Amino acid sequence: MANATDTVAAAPMPRASGRWNQRKIAPWLFLAPGLFMFAVYVLWPIVQSISLSFYDWNGLYNRDGEFTGRFIGLQNYRELGSDPAFEISLWNNLKWLVLYMLALPIGLFLSIFLNQTVRGIRLYKSLFFFPFVISQVVVGLIFAWFYAPNFGLFYLLTEWITGDGTAILADPDLVTYGIIAAGLWPQIAYVMILYLTGLNNVAPDQIEAARLDGAKGWKMLWYVVLPQLRPATFIAVIVTVIGALRSFDLVSIMTSGGPFGSSRVLSFYMYEMALGEIGLRMGYGAAIAVVLFAIMMIFISGFIWKMWRDETQR
Amino acid sequence: MFPRPIQQSSTGVQWLYSIALPVALLLWLFPLLGVALTSLRPASDLAQGNYFGMPSGIAWENYIYIFTETPIGQYMVNSLWVTIPTVIGAVSLSLMTGFALAVYGFRANILVFFMFVAGNFVPFQILMVPVRDMTLQLGMYDTWYGLALFHIAFQTGFCTLFMRNFIKALPFELIEAARVEGVTEWRIFWYIVLPLMRPAIAALSVLVFTFIWNDFFWATVLTQGVDSQPITAGLSSLNGQWIAQWHLVSAGSILAALPPVAMFFLMQKHFIAGLTLGAVK
Repeated sequence: MANATDTVAAAPMPRASGRWNQRKIAPWLFLAPGLFMFAVYVLWPIVQSISLSFYDWNGLYNRDGEFTGRFIGLQNYRELGSDPAFEISLWNNLKWLVLYMLALPIGLFLSIFLNQTVRGIRLYKSLFFFPFVISQVVVGLIFAWFYAPNFGLFYLLTEWITGDGTAILADPDLVTYGIIAAGLWPQIAYVMILYLTGLNNVAPDQIEAARLDGAKGWKMLWYVVLPQLRPATFIAVIVTVIGALRSFDLVSIMTSGGPFGSSRVLSFYMYEMALGEIGLRMGYGAAIAVVLFAIMMIFISGFIWKMWRDETQR
Repeated sequence: MFPRPIQQSSTGVQWLYSIALPVALLLWLFPLLGVALTSLRPASDLAQGNYFGMPSGIAWENYIYIFTETPIGQYMVNSLWVTIPTVIGAVSLSLMTGFALAVYGFRANILVFFMFVAGNFVPFQILMVPVRDMTLQLGMYDTWYGLALFHIAFQTGFCTLFMRNFIKALPFELIEAARVEGVTEWRIFWYIVLPLMRPAIAALSVLVFTFIWNDFFWATVLTQGVDSQPITAGLSSLNGQWIAQWHLVSAGSILAALPPVAMFFLMQKHFIAGLTLGAVK
């Protein structure tokens, strides 16, 4: 802070009008680099993708460097309507969304379980959080090993219980659930840490008061604790929805969408269409991305709406 | 169901809790432990079907093998080349944008802010084709800086949200007082706000480091060769070559997981402060 006082002494007093102007321009100067990068790499590509979804384009340019796409109107979207692979992906995305929500109750119970002050509890909390820190690629490989036919632990477990081992990643009906379970592992850890932080800030006097009024067990949780955890729950829902819709890594690592395309999700199918071995259908891929974007927009608008309310209330 | 402190329970319950904790942890980390053990198991054990029994020895040679016979070392260096510039870039840019949005009450403020926040949640796929095309056009495809530039831009969204809220929570009187003294805006930023931002910078640095190290999607979209592919994409292509050689897959996985795990344990407090932003009022 010594520096600050030096400069205060050194800086000459500017005239009032100059200072006012400075304060008008300053925010834009501070914003310029970040806003520029964000506009070039995030905002503009969204616009481009939307317009590309009305084209048929193989990603190439002709010799003069001109765009070779052909405008086809809504045809990509019409094709989506009758594409069975798209339908499967959409259904799988729905499964992901619904089942990913299990991370909330499980994460909550884990955090309640760990919300004690015994020796070494900090280390326990960190170790429980572990799965979130490692890459989804590694999580995918770990679970692929866990599910591996003939020797994987899961396979052996099902063999021991039912007498017949289940190779979950090779079963078109079960594969998506197997991948979702892998995704839940880190997601539960994330939700747990959010709730642990929330529980730290629950007012102890309210708990005591409720206890004196005879609140116990589920009633205590539902009527006293959960309302105080609302901010944590809100963030947990948002990150879980995003996690569910971004399920590219696990699908790509564990099954590449197989067997027979039964574990595809929109994010993976889009990649397959635009850059995968199936072909370079950039326009069709863009149309899939637009659908995914539209689904995400529902949640983004909800989030922004809540933030808007919080900001204007202050 | 808000648990009473365990110390108030009977000794029996306390005992039960002290047993349940390690058991639960063991179950929770079981898949990870299994992979860690497999990474040290000799290949001959796996060939004989000895997957879970006593290993016949500790096979450090699995790690030596992947370092000498595969480019995994190069992949890890590539990851650092992408990750470190991204951390520096995204944190610097968002310090400025966060400052602008927290301190100045101009008309478009909330609009710009929400745009950063919303952009942060966008699915990657809607950016994929144009970003890849642009990177190709600029001759930056398959380079560390092509990948890092995208990451900087995208992470700026999340970082701005974080920085803006952090600066908003600082006492505004500090800035007012400096203004009365006639300190220029840039100097307010540099000498008054920036020194107070250290915890935020630390928290964001570890978070961004982990996010970028673990990124797989953009690594596959914007890079392809051994010379620039980061560890996640590299591990995925090695996995394709090592079909069912689980001792190697496991060793590679453990290596890829190590840097973010180390980062997390070294900077735990900052890491969690960053992640749980907004979880409490």
